[in-house]
Amino acid sequence: MRRVIYFIVSFAIWVLLTWPFVDGRIDLQVVVAGLIAAFLAAILFHEILPKEHHVFISPARVFWFLIYVPVFFYYVIKANLDVVYRALHPKMPIKPGIVKIRTELKTDSGITALANSITLTPGTLTVDLTDDGYLYIHWINVKSDDIDQATKLIAKRFEWFLKRIFE
Amino acid sequence: MTDIIGFTMITVGVLFDIFGCIGLVRFPDVYNRLQASTKCVTLGTVMLLIGVAIASASGPTAAKATICAVFILVTSPAAAHAIAKGAYASGVKLWDNSVVDKYAKQASPKAE
Repeated sequence: MRRVIYFIVSFAIWVLLTWPFVDGRIDLQVVVAGLIAAFLAAILFHEILPKEHHVFISPARVFWFLIYVPVFFYYVIKANLDVVYRALHPKMPIKPGIVKIRTELKTDSGITALANSITLTPGTLTVDLTDDGYLYIHWINVKSDDIDQATKLIAKRFEWFLKRIFE
Repeated sequence: MTDIIGFTMITVGVLFDIFGCIGLVRFPDVYNRLQASTKCVTLGTVMLLIGVAIASASGPTAAKATICAVFILVTSPAAAHAIAKGAYASGVKLWDNSVVDKYAKQASPKAE
């Protein structure tokens, strides 16, 4: 079942990327090549692809995902203005360090999404994560090196959404 | 109208790319430079691609640009994470003025 889903997804991406509809006809060569490539991708790589594909079938999760996207972009733009400010300021006001935070998320996709969100948002970069739910974060402007305080400042705003999307 | 929005987004995207590169040159160590390069260059490139998608206003080009934007958004943080972890594992030190390093214990337990 999972392979079928990945086959369909890979083939859809192939069609969008190559666009085999020339002059109202379909270019068969491109479609056949795409079918073979999507088949191989689904057979060979289904092990390493995410297992939580039920996420995009449930309407509630999709709803929270659609809410999450603008929130995420708001933080991404804030992060960029922050980095631009630090890069252009003559004195370069940075205070870097690596802190440890805790996450309550359990699923692989959830933790991946959290780590990626942390990397793209204000002053933080995921360096490593452990199996028991801790993340090491490089923070460009360390406000607190206490685990609870840092978790609250860095991860809470995303965890609330990601728990509803992926758990 | 789509032209104006598209080209504005391309301009802002290129500006963010430039600021990211300035940060890349000015910041003191690998980890801070990664911060500048991943954040600014990811948003800059994504805005550039979405600007292309809006300005081109044709199906195939817009679809391709949007797919590229999504892939960059997903893969760029993962790459940054791999570089940071690899740099730490191969012994690249944090900047001298760094305030805290909780990762040291985890990365090399023998040193404690």
